[in-house]
Amino acid sequence: MSSADLASERAPATERQASAEGDLAPEHDGPRDTGMDDAMLHGWLARTWGTAPGIVGALSSVDHKVIARRYLITAFVFLCLGGLNAVAMRIQLSGPQRGLIGPDLYNQLFTMHGVTMMFLFAVPIVQATGIYLVPLMVGSRNIAFPRLNAFSYWVYLSGGVFAWISFLLNMAPDVGWFAYVPLSGPEFAPGKRADVWAQMITYTEVSSLAVAVATIVTVLKQRAPGMSLDKIPLYVWALLVTSFVVVFAMPAVMIASTFLILDRLVGTHIFNPAEGGDALLFQHLFWFFGHPEVYIIFLPATGMVSAIIPVFARRPVFGHLGLVLSLIAVGFLSFGLWVHHMFATGLPRLGASFFTASSMMIAIPNGVQIFCWLATFWDGRPVIRTPLLFVFGFFVIFVIGGLTGVMLASVPLDLQVHDTYFVVAHFHYVLIGGSVFPLLGAAYFWFPKISGRMLSERLGRWHFWLAFIGFNAAFFPMHLVGLWGMPRRVYTYPAELGWGNINLFISAGAILFFLSFVLFAFNLVHGALKGAPAGDNPWDAGTLEWATSSPPPSYNFARIPVVTHVEPLWAEREALPVATGLRVDVRELLISTVAEAHPDIREKSAAPSIWPLLAAVAVGGTFLFSIFTPWAIVWGAAPVAITLTGWFWPKGAPEDEE
Amino acid sequence: MNQRPAVDLSGLPTFGHGPRSPTWWGTLGFMALEGMGFALAAGAYLYLTTLWPTWRLSAPVPDHWPGTIVTLLLIVSLVPNHFLARSAKQCRMVPVRAGMVVMSLLGLAPLAVRWFEFPALNIYWDTNAYGSMLWVLLGLHTTHLITDVGDTIVLTVLMFTRHGCSGRRFGDVGDNAFYWDFVVLTWIPIYLLIYWVPRLG
Amino acid sequence: MKRLLPMAFAAAGTVFLQGCAGWQSALDPKGPAASELAWLIWFFAGLCAVVWVLVMIALAAPLMMRARAQAQPLAVDAGADDRKLRVVMIAVGLTTAILVGLTLLSFFADRTLAAIGSDAVLTVRVTGHQWWWEVRYEDATPSRILTTANEIHIPSGEPVRLLLTSNDVIHSFWIPSLAGKLDLIPGHMNVLDIKADKPGVYRGQCAEFCGAQHANMGTFIIAEPRAKFDAWWNDQLQPAAAPTADEAKAGEELFLRRPCVMCHRIGGTPAGGTVAPDLTHIASRQTLAAGTLTMSRGNLAAWIADPQGIKPGSNMPVVELSGDELNAVVAYLEGLK
Repeated sequence: MSSADLASERAPATERQASAEGDLAPEHDGPRDTGMDDAMLHGWLARTWGTAPGIVGALSSVDHKVIARRYLITAFVFLCLGGLNAVAMRIQLSGPQRGLIGPDLYNQLFTMHGVTMMFLFAVPIVQATGIYLVPLMVGSRNIAFPRLNAFSYWVYLSGGVFAWISFLLNMAPDVGWFAYVPLSGPEFAPGKRADVWAQMITYTEVSSLAVAVATIVTVLKQRAPGMSLDKIPLYVWALLVTSFVVVFAMPAVMIASTFLILDRLVGTHIFNPAEGGDALLFQHLFWFFGHPEVYIIFLPATGMVSAIIPVFARRPVFGHLGLVLSLIAVGFLSFGLWVHHMFATGLPRLGASFFTASSMMIAIPNGVQIFCWLATFWDGRPVIRTPLLFVFGFFVIFVIGGLTGVMLASVPLDLQVHDTYFVVAHFHYVLIGGSVFPLLGAAYFWFPKISGRMLSERLGRWHFWLAFIGFNAAFFPMHLVGLWGMPRRVYTYPAELGWGNINLFISAGAILFFLSFVLFAFNLVHGALKGAPAGDNPWDAGTLEWATSSPPPSYNFARIPVVTHVEPLWAEREALPVATGLRVDVRELLISTVAEAHPDIREKSAAPSIWPLLAAVAVGGTFLFSIFTPWAIVWGAAPVAITLTGWFWPKGAPEDEE
Repeated sequence: MNQRPAVDLSGLPTFGHGPRSPTWWGTLGFMALEGMGFALAAGAYLYLTTLWPTWRLSAPVPDHWPGTIVTLLLIVSLVPNHFLARSAKQCRMVPVRAGMVVMSLLGLAPLAVRWFEFPALNIYWDTNAYGSMLWVLLGLHTTHLITDVGDTIVLTVLMFTRHGCSGRRFGDVGDNAFYWDFVVLTWIPIYLLIYWVPRLG
Repeated sequence: MKRLLPMAFAAAGTVFLQGCAGWQSALDPKGPAASELAWLIWFFAGLCAVVWVLVMIALAAPLMMRARAQAQPLAVDAGADDRKLRVVMIAVGLTTAILVGLTLLSFFADRTLAAIGSDAVLTVRVTGHQWWWEVRYEDATPSRILTTANEIHIPSGEPVRLLLTSNDVIHSFWIPSLAGKLDLIPGHMNVLDIKADKPGVYRGQCAEFCGAQHANMGTFIIAEPRAKFDAWWNDQLQPAAAPTADEAKAGEELFLRRPCVMCHRIGGTPAGGTVAPDLTHIASRQTLAAGTLTMSRGNLAAWIADPQGIKPGSNMPVVELSGDELNAVVAYLEGLK
């Protein structure tokens, strides 16, 4: 592959000519990386791309790795908080009529457990892995729209903190994580609790949408030269599809929560059947988001599995094209299933049956993925390390969850197990098996890249077995107790129903599972402080993030890599081909064409700025106060407008101008 | 890891118009999610209409004149918008500055008329669900209109400063024009839903 | 260690098997709908278990193989990959076939279930409230319409049509041993047909989170032979038994003068409240407070004295009564059979 093939032929000369006729300021130029020696290159790039020291520097950073690390740590904290909720619930449920936690606190606990896990942990963490890895894997220097990325973190953080402070103030939502009307409406949910739910949803989804748009643009426009569609790593494909699902699904929950807060605060009747509204409309809007939501959580995990398996199977993944098409199929199909959450609402049977068919059919592309991954292993015994252990755990657990999903897809069967512990078991099997186990494997896999140190293999194995046993002990019996008649969201149950012993067993398992996370946290700290140095590529993996140091420098790559294969490092073992010619004195990265990834433009990447934080404060403050008065929208408009203008107003730096 | 130079990027330009630019795609992404929001609100409106065919009860149909004037203003504004986009692509400052001023005015005008549209709906948002949905639909679009007009005005001011003559700014103007097309296009179905569907039955 | 494993299995056995026969278990069907569903559950579960085992074998098999010899990860045997492709295609084909089969099975089961109860003679309207069930037996003759609460008597061996709606939030009606569940939604009327094969008591509870006392919103279906059911209906239509003993008379007077009458109805007395359960024949019911307490003198007293302690957040307020007054009211209510 010669440089002539890859250099842009889109007549850059024409562009310059047009501008010569037009009114552009003459282009400034600066030193380029062509021919520079490594030390000098590093010096220039570190100065240009680094995050400034000090608190203001840290708050102004637009480095995707810095922001991703913040997201990962914050999401982990929320995981622990949500886990503590669960432990409290399980202690209360460990025996009939325990009396430790009353219904009011219990209802807040299970609501906050769901809300925290779904909105403050699962979605942010999978998007955060993308914020960190996608720019590296596509060979770019930063994510697209770096300031928007920074903004999204501050919005997420403030949304999560707001929800948890409300919990401390006994103001946490207590209507379940999906907050059905009329229970969450103005008549039956007095006070501010449901308003906290509605507003927290809206502004954490703003965060999610912003990251999704940034991810899509990074993948479409910032890929390294030569990374045509067929050479995009599966993890990147997974994040691309996920981001599209976010873009089309999140607005539904924003509309649902906005309608709810309008009903509650200004007296609209959208969900009020007495005045021409409908309670089921909320469910349709919510689940139109809610079903794709679980695929938003699951698909990136499939990307992680696709990234880890080839490294330990010591060969590229089998069925790359099938896996890509499956990802896209699942993304599309996920929008056609939502009614399966509403089978018990009395919908026309024929319509409901359509959703049985679609819910069953999504198992086909999921199955394709499973079979392709399994086939990758069939060449011989893989190398067993902790990341792969968690991938095996994923297979065992997720397949159970997927199969109970097939059971739930059947309308009549669902009518027995809907809203019982059977469903609780199902979704924990698919979410924990399908997303948390891959995330844990990903943590062990990419921790060396992020921190420069290896995690302990011994502690990793203990962690895995403790998690695997604890999880199954806690959640498998739930299938049974659900069939025995135990509904969801009950703060207690009578002794005479005979559920006491099995619930005790479940609670014991839950404690074990929680302890596995304590062990994990210990392993992370231990690894960060005392782990063996990792080097660039400790696993001898094939994708681009392993071509740079561990941790990567602020500028990711000294020179943009050139890609010739879907596993670039395996294909170019002697020397990695790179592209030269970018400026080193300003933040410059490469924009390429969408399909073929031909180099197209030397684009300036946004420089650090404090304005995204200020804008997040303005937006967050407006949302917070709108719970108390609708006029907050009007008063908040001014600070929001000012901070947004400050954000976009050019400050004379080259990155703002050219 | 060893490196070997394989591609030379030094001759590449530093900005591009339309789909060559990442911000164009970002704008498209925001259109997608906001369009989805509109579609769902419209879907909610239609869902409730089929559930309660008499939901307007005795409220009079909305007076369509302010809405029709807004619609005409918006459609008319597409013409200078198109010329503005072309001038931005050619990076010509004088037509762009003029175009931006025109678009700012053509953005404020419908906003002014929009003020009269709300009472012309002939129902309050808290009377019944029909009233609620009319106000929600109109309110959603008004929010878009306000934010885009705000954006346009700020960009207009910017084009008169020294920061104005850069490729990136002309790209921003192009994206802004692109987004205005979206604001106008999404209005058409909402206009039909608010003013003409109630007249059907 | 040798004894630990069998002990563990025995313990697990007692834990896991005790609910199979149950009052409120979907796996212990007592009616045609639940029987059909139980069969469906076992079939699906069995099939899914087999599939899972096959996948696990495919996952475990590589662990028995020799390690991949090549150091070069890109050196892949194209022939072996072609063979694998065929296996994968077959697996996908089988998966599709199984899923289509299960979809059809589900569809036909649904049709079978829809046919149960289409010839129901008796219609009962159930209205969900926070946190009790209002039950109204419909009849062509208005004077035979019966309103009661929480306990639903039906004739055994006959299908009964339940009309489900709600007065406040969404609830869900679920008697696992008889049928699947169906939601009670304000503004909607849902239809659930149930049939109990034999006389007996079948427990259920609300299965859609409805607020503070969702956990304590139980209901009982009491199936009786037709003759007994008719007798029960006639009894229930009678006005409340007039108290004979002094204490009970004093209790009736207290009931009528205190806030009780604002919410509760007792047929044949001036008490006509409709926002709380009808108490005309309260003592004939097996439980109190929607399945929370068994009916007894002690529990009646406990409930009236401290409803917020037993069902915190429930809509029954504390009514101040002295010890004697409480005894009197309980004596009166006990007599309302």
